[in-house]
Amino acid sequence: MAAVDALKCKECGTSYPLEARYVCERCFGPLEVSYDFSALDAAETKRRIQAGPQSIWRYADFLPFEQQPRTALAAGVTPLIHADRLAQRLGLREVWVKNDAANPTHSFKDRVVTVALAKARELGFEVVACASTGNLANAVAAHAAAAGLESYVFVPADLEEQKILATGVYGTNLVAVRGNYDDVNRLCTEIAGERDWAFVNVNLRPYYAEGSKTLGFEIAEQLGFELPDRLVVPVASGSLFTKIARGFEEWKEVGLLSGDLPVFNGAQAEGCSPVAQAFEAGHEICRPVKPKTIAKSLAIGNPADGPYALELARRSGGTVDSVTDDEIRAGIRLLAETTGVFTETAGGVTTATLAKLAERGRSRATSGWCS
Amino acid sequence: MSVTVKIPTQLRSVTGGDAEITVEGASTVKGVLDRLYESYEGLSARIAEDGALRRFVNVYVGGEDIRFLDGLDTAVHDGDEVTILPAVAGG
Repeated sequence: MAAVDALKCKECGTSYPLEARYVCERCFGPLEVSYDFSALDAAETKRRIQAGPQSIWRYADFLPFEQQPRTALAAGVTPLIHADRLAQRLGLREVWVKNDAANPTHSFKDRVVTVALAKARELGFEVVACASTGNLANAVAAHAAAAGLESYVFVPADLEEQKILATGVYGTNLVAVRGNYDDVNRLCTEIAGERDWAFVNVNLRPYYAEGSKTLGFEIAEQLGFELPDRLVVPVASGSLFTKIARGFEEWKEVGLLSGDLPVFNGAQAEGCSPVAQAFEAGHEICRPVKPKTIAKSLAIGNPADGPYALELARRSGGTVDSVTDDEIRAGIRLLAETTGVFTETAGGVTTATLAKLAERGRSRATSGWCS
Repeated sequence: MSVTVKIPTQLRSVTGGDAEITVEGASTVKGVLDRLYESYEGLSARIAEDGALRRFVNVYVGGEDIRFLDGLDTAVHDGDEVTILPAVAGG
């Protein structure tokens, strides 16, 4: 297993013990789990991964636990589809689609919640909670039900009815908040300071975010321990986007991967595109926006990891683009017609952005991704 | 004229544990924060840098992010609630 060091501030480097804490008290910067991988041997680690369970726990060496926890509803090992017909339609040499809808509650949020709930139990919490645009609510409600924990999920009241129904069926305490996601998030940040609850994306966020690395690990493993040339990834808070890169960098450090980091292209809906707008304007921080888009699962107007997403897009030679609601609808149809995958709106944003990049002639993509 | 400032848990070590502080006589968010900085040593260094808020600090007046209003120049009125929160949650 990895040697999990501490929580470290991404801004000033201050270290903290591995507890339910997410903000640096010195500078208010975000905390991130730091590891010491120096004892990991590449060949042995690779063997351990390949002999591991068919879930994200095959990557336990890179997750924030001293011992592999027991989980009732583990996520991961979703298909990486060789999307020949999509590539052909877009005039690209090769496109792969990572179908994370094959997770237990049909999005990548099962990965982060698997990690967060394991940490919540390790830290002794009895109640778990989250602020959600829909997919996270489903995941928290389902994983809490499987683990026998009480849960509270907070969502904007105008969420798609199907998603509210899907969350409610797990027997959670569903709280619909009049306002947008950023209002929900503010409320949860305040509640997290007052209640002894494990908010997976507030006070447990440093651990929760580690789960997103497994999406990058899986892509690399499924490509035969090779890095793709380019990734198109949906961006809401920017956490998934940056953590996939972090996963690749960790595997390069250990010697499981070699070569340059792929080009990272972020995908946003035009009606909620604070990161794309900041990218276009050359800014280092994002000005928050009021979301107005059909892509509700990406409707975060004040993205917590916006500055880091911008930095990654620029550092890797990529972009952060946005697409209109009509382009999102066309993206959903294009993916369905060429791969047989009927994606939700975030996948439409991703597919539409890939199409836009292809049209622009920027893309010689070998890897796409959708939720 | 007075406003109530809600202090996040991460800053309560410099406010002596106070979760809410009443500030008198300020007409803007900047004025409110300046009065807090005068009263609580170390607060300014935590949330501000070169006169501006650090990039992972959110401030709200009546529940609205001040970046949708007039930033630090946002006016405050008698009875308003000003909330300081970390910006690194969610997603």
